[in-house]
Amino acid sequence: MGASVQERGSRPTPEVSRTMSTSSREMSARAGQEPATTVGDITARDPVMTVRNANVHYGETHAIKDVSLDVGRNEVIALIGPSGCGKSTFLRCLNRMNDTIESARVTGDFRLDGQDIYDRSNDVVMLRARIGMVFQKPNPFPKSIYENVAYGPRIHGLASNRAELDDIVYGSLERAGLLDEVKSRIDEPGTGLSGGQQQRLCIARAIAVNPEVILMDEPCSALDPIATARIEDLIDELTQNYAIAIVTHSMQQAARVSQRTAYFHLGRLVEVGPTEKIFTNPSHKLTEDYVTGRFG
Amino acid sequence: MRLTTLILILAAMTFAAYVFGRRRALAVARAGGAVRLHSLPAYYGYLAAIWSALPAVALLVAWVAFSDSFIIGRVVASLPPELRDQPAAQLGLTVNEIRNLAAGQMVDEGRGAELQVAADLYNSLRTTSSRILAGLAIAVAFAGFGLAWIRTRPALRARNHVEVVIRGVLIAASSVAILTTAGILLSVTFEAARFFSQVPLADFVFGTEWSPQTAIRADQVGSSGAFGAVPLFVGTLLISGLALLVAVPIGLMTAIYLSEYAAPGVRRAVKPILEVLAGVPTVVYGYFAALTVAPFLRGIGAELGLDVASESALGAGLVMGVMIIPFVSSLSDDVINAVPQSLRDGSYGLGATKSETIKRVLLPAALPGIVGGVLLAASRAIGETMIVVMAAGLAANLTANPLQAVTTVTVQIVTLLVGDQEFDSPKTLAAFALGLVLFVVTLVLNVIALQVVRRYREQYD
Repeated sequence: MGASVQERGSRPTPEVSRTMSTSSREMSARAGQEPATTVGDITARDPVMTVRNANVHYGETHAIKDVSLDVGRNEVIALIGPSGCGKSTFLRCLNRMNDTIESARVTGDFRLDGQDIYDRSNDVVMLRARIGMVFQKPNPFPKSIYENVAYGPRIHGLASNRAELDDIVYGSLERAGLLDEVKSRIDEPGTGLSGGQQQRLCIARAIAVNPEVILMDEPCSALDPIATARIEDLIDELTQNYAIAIVTHSMQQAARVSQRTAYFHLGRLVEVGPTEKIFTNPSHKLTEDYVTGRFG
Repeated sequence: MRLTTLILILAAMTFAAYVFGRRRALAVARAGGAVRLHSLPAYYGYLAAIWSALPAVALLVAWVAFSDSFIIGRVVASLPPELRDQPAAQLGLTVNEIRNLAAGQMVDEGRGAELQVAADLYNSLRTTSSRILAGLAIAVAFAGFGLAWIRTRPALRARNHVEVVIRGVLIAASSVAILTTAGILLSVTFEAARFFSQVPLADFVFGTEWSPQTAIRADQVGSSGAFGAVPLFVGTLLISGLALLVAVPIGLMTAIYLSEYAAPGVRRAVKPILEVLAGVPTVVYGYFAALTVAPFLRGIGAELGLDVASESALGAGLVMGVMIIPFVSSLSDDVINAVPQSLRDGSYGLGATKSETIKRVLLPAALPGIVGGVLLAASRAIGETMIVVMAAGLAANLTANPLQAVTTVTVQIVTLLVGDQEFDSPKTLAAFALGLVLFVVTLVLNVIALQVVRRYREQYD
C-alpha cells in the first residue's frame, strides 16, 4: 500500500524535468539561429524619436524582438522586409496604435523628444497629435474635403475661428500638393476623389495638426505608378518639416525616398544604415539576400 | 378513388420514374459503347421524374379547381324549371342545400324529395369525375415517363432541362409573397372603395369625430355614425412617437456600447438576449403594459397630483418602445460595425478620443443605416396591435396629452371587425379604409427605410 503511493507520487518528477530540459535546449537553439544583435548604426544624427529594446507580443506570438532604432529629424527612414516581419507592427508602436488591439502587449523604451510616450502621464491623444499616420489604404472620412482636413484641428482646438481654420485647411492642402486640384470642389465628399488624391488628402489631414513625425504604412501600395510618383515627390518635400518613417514593400521606393533604411526579419531588426549602403553593400547575409531579390 | 390515394400513387410513380430514368440513361450509355453522357446519370432520373410528375400534377390541380363548378352546372341544368329559374341568390341557397343533402346532412323536410334527385346526380357525377381524374392523371404520368424513356440519349442535355424547371420552381416560390401582397392590397382597396362610396373621403381624412356605431336595423336610434379618422391618426402618432422616444435613444446607446465599448464576450452574450426581446409575443407585452405599467404610472400620477387615465397613451407607448428597442439596437449595431476599421484607425491616428471618433466619424458614417433601422421600427410601431388593444383603450379622444386614453388605427380595426357584423355597413367597411391607410403608410416607410439602408451598403462594399 505504502509503496504504491510512493510510486504514484514519484512518477511525474522525471517527466517534468525532461520537459524543462527540452524547452531550454530549444530556446538556446533558436537564439543561435537568429541574429542576436542589429548590424549597423541604429542612431540618427538628430533623433526625434528613440526606441530601445522594443518587444511586442500578440497573445502567444512574439511579433517584435528587442528592436532599437532612432528616427531622425528631417529624415526619411524606410522600414523594409518580407511580409510578417513586424515592420508595420513596429510602426504602429510609435504612435501607440497597437493600444487599440486588445491582445497586443508592448514593452520597451519609446521616447519622443526625450519623453517616454508609454508613460502613464503622457496622454495618447496628445501623442497622436504629434505623430501623424498615413495608412495603407486611403481612408478619407465620408465628409467633405474641407471637413476631412479640418477634422484634426477641430478636435485639438487648433483654430479659434473660421478664418484660422481656413488657413490651416488650405495650407495643409497646399503642402500636400492637392489644393489646385480640389480648390473648386472643396465641399464635395473626400471619398469622390481618385485613389492617389485620396491618399494625398489623408496626408493633408495628417499634417493639418502639425505633427513632428509622420508614420506611413505602405502609403502607395493601393496606388498606380503615377500617383505613387506624386506621393514620393511629396515625401521629399515634407522632409523639410517633418521626420518620416515609411514602411514599404517596394525596394525601389525605399531607395528613392529614404536616407536611412532598416531591414526587419522575423520580428528582429537585422540591419540598419544609410540607404545607399543597404542597397549596394549590405553587411548581413539576410539583408543581401532580400535586397538582391533572393527571397521576400 | 380518394384524392390522397391518387397523390400517393403519383408520388410513387415519380420516384419510380427517377430510378428507372437513371437506370435507362446508364443502359443507353453502355449500349452505345460506353459513350459519355452529357449530364450525370441522376439528372436523367430527375428529368424522367419531372416529366412524369409535372403534367399529372398540373392536370390534378386544374381538375380540382374547375370540376366542381362544372358538376354544379350540370346539376342545375337538370333541376325542374321552377327551381332552375330562381334569382341568383336563391339559386345559391338551393345549390347549398343540394350539397348538404349529398353530404348526408338533413335539410328542410318538404323539399327533401325534390332535391334528393339532384343530390344523387351530384354524387354520381362526383364519383365519375374522380374516376376519370385518377385514370387520366395516371395515364398522363405514364405518358410523360414514356416520353422521357424514349428521349433518353447520351446527347440529351438533361442537366440544363432540369435546371430550367428548378428555376421555374424558384421563381414561383418567390412570387408567392409578392402576389399575396398584391392580393391583399387589391382586396383592401376594393372594400375601402365600397366604404368611400358611402362616406365621403374628405369626412374620413379630415373629420375629427370618430363614432362608428351605425344603426343595423331601421328602428334603432342613437347611433348616427361618424367616421372622422383624425383622432385615430393622432392617437397612433402619439403612441408611436412615445415608443420611438423610448426606443431610439436607448437602442442607439445600446448599439454604441455593444459595437465600440463592450468586450467581444459581452457582445456575444448581450446581443442574442436583446434579440430575444423582439421574439416576445406582443400579447405578453400587452398584459405587461395593462397590468404592470399602467397601474404604476397611475400611482406615480396620483403622487404628483396628475390625472392619469388607467389606459393611458404613455403606458402603451413606453411598453411599445421597449418592444422595438431590439429593432433599433440590432440594426444600428450592425451598421456601426460595418463602418470600416480604417476609418476608426484614421480618426484615432489623428489623436481623436473614442467618443470623438464615435460622434464625428462613426455615427455620421452609419447615419443612413441608423435612420433605416428607426424607420423600420416606426413602421413596426404604427402597425403594432396587441399592446394597444390591451393598454391604450377605445376612446377616440383627439388629444396630444399622453396621460389620457387614446385609440389607434389598429385598435379600431380590431373592434370594428370583432363580433357579429354585416359586411356591407359603413361600420365594418371603415375597417378596410383604415387598413388601407395603415398598409400604405407602413409600406411607404418600409420602402424608404430599405432604400436608405441599401444606399448605405453600396457605399462601403
